[in-house]
Amino acid sequence: MIRATVLNGAAAEGPVAVLDEPLSFWGAFDPKTGIILDVHHPQRGACLTGTVLLMQETRGSGSAPGAIAEAIRLGTAPAAIILGLADINLAIGADVALTLYGSTCAVLCVTAAELSALKRMARLRISAAGEITGETV
Amino acid sequence: MELTDHARALLDGASGKAMQLAVRLVVKAATIMGARMLRPISFAHLDACFYTGQAHVDFIRFLLENGAKLAVPTWTNNGVVSLADPTLRPSTEDPETVSGAAELMRLYAQLGCSPTWTCAPYQHAGGPKFGDHIAAGESNAVAYYNSVTGARTNKYGDYLDVACALTGLVPDAGLHRDENRKAQLHVDCTQLPEAWRGTDIFAHLAGHHVGRLSGRRVPVISGLPPDMGKDALKAISSAVASSGGVELWHGAGVTPEAPNLASIFSGTEVHHVSADDLARAHRDLSTTRDGPLDAVALGTPHFSLTEFETLVRLLDHRVVKPGLPFLVSTSRVVRSLAAEKGWIAALEKSGIEIPVDVCTYYSPRVRGLTGRVMTNAAKWAYYAPGMLNVEVAFGSLKECVESAVRGEVWRDPQLWISR
Repeated sequence: MIRATVLNGAAAEGPVAVLDEPLSFWGAFDPKTGIILDVHHPQRGACLTGTVLLMQETRGSGSAPGAIAEAIRLGTAPAAIILGLADINLAIGADVALTLYGSTCAVLCVTAAELSALKRMARLRISAAGEITGETV
Repeated sequence: MELTDHARALLDGASGKAMQLAVRLVVKAATIMGARMLRPISFAHLDACFYTGQAHVDFIRFLLENGAKLAVPTWTNNGVVSLADPTLRPSTEDPETVSGAAELMRLYAQLGCSPTWTCAPYQHAGGPKFGDHIAAGESNAVAYYNSVTGARTNKYGDYLDVACALTGLVPDAGLHRDENRKAQLHVDCTQLPEAWRGTDIFAHLAGHHVGRLSGRRVPVISGLPPDMGKDALKAISSAVASSGGVELWHGAGVTPEAPNLASIFSGTEVHHVSADDLARAHRDLSTTRDGPLDAVALGTPHFSLTEFETLVRLLDHRVVKPGLPFLVSTSRVVRSLAAEKGWIAALEKSGIEIPVDVCTYYSPRVRGLTGRVMTNAAKWAYYAPGMLNVEVAFGSLKECVESAVRGEVWRDPQLWISR
């Protein structure tokens, strides 16, 4: 079990999706479909809906909060996002979406070593307090 | 975290659900940034009025329905559409975005914002001054306010910018604090010929190069002309924030926090800018060979009064090639000042259109902007190929004007740039 820093707390569970490079949620991701659009991103075409998304960091965009909130509104967002580097934009966007729509997307931050360990899991479960447990199957 | 009684009362819901959400967002950001306290601000410039989806409209509606009140004078960035000219982005291309964007702008005006609708609010009178703590979100405005005005802000993303304006508070962290405002690298332009450094295209090319070198760090540039004008400072601010994530830069002997190099930089990382670096920046910003021209787009960030004066002089009563769209984006305030001088009428007579409230590099596209488009703005050149699927021919303001008259890209033989 890993105890993460909670940026936006929510219980969540889902299959692991690992991004090899930072993603900008605005411009590089389509909130209407949950799919990565950026032609330069190694995971282009991947659908992030319902996943526990693991990535070291996001690519900064001031419009990212709106994009993640819109994805949460439309039900296309990841169930949880676990980062190696804390990100204010995703935390704010997820908090606003919870207030407006009652829908959640957990946003957590862990150490680099913990992130590497989590990447080996197939499926992760997250408690509202930020406890992460995994299944390797 | 230390909170004042007022902030604590807001957090407890004493002023309603909107203010409670606002202060919760500011505290959340402050916690993530490691701030020990919140700090009062005197001004805000919002980016959340730029439509990116229905969630934006739902957010401001929630605030208005739950008693939100602005704590400080608050100005607005561009919208996606022009409220002054609904035909600029016709709803046929993307009806949901066009109607949502107009509604969003009306709701922010209803909140009590000054409807400036500009990405260059620093061109308007009555804004923040040196040393003021403020909240801004648009990348070039953040860079300009920090660097040229000497006000202090972090780049506050959507919703957080509004939360700061409502509470009048920001995290006491990042660029609000002295220790984070020192330069981390030195970009030296002193080896370039002095005549180059005074030209308008230099600021865009140097800014693009400095942004690439800096990433999200704070650079100091040496060798800028001591009398560098506000338009060139605007160009650098917008370019470093596009090719990099620069929120604060210094110009030794030029910007207010850098009276000289030694006062702002004590590190070891130095980059000497060469003619090749600027030529590479020029190639970076151009995606097409020269040839027949389809449109010209100026005014990113918004055109200033002095830029209008120069444009009128360069055009010298000539008309642009019939049928060639030539757009110059600006704010309502600057447009009306230019109109008083007779410049807007002169430009319109020459076949130039001067939209307000908006920028032209994002979709839905305005006025059939397509094909080979010329611009003098590094920021437009950086974003438009991805956003609009156009080809960009980057050039000086003079090259843009001469090309528009001829209907094909014209290159200035007097210009120093080796391409």
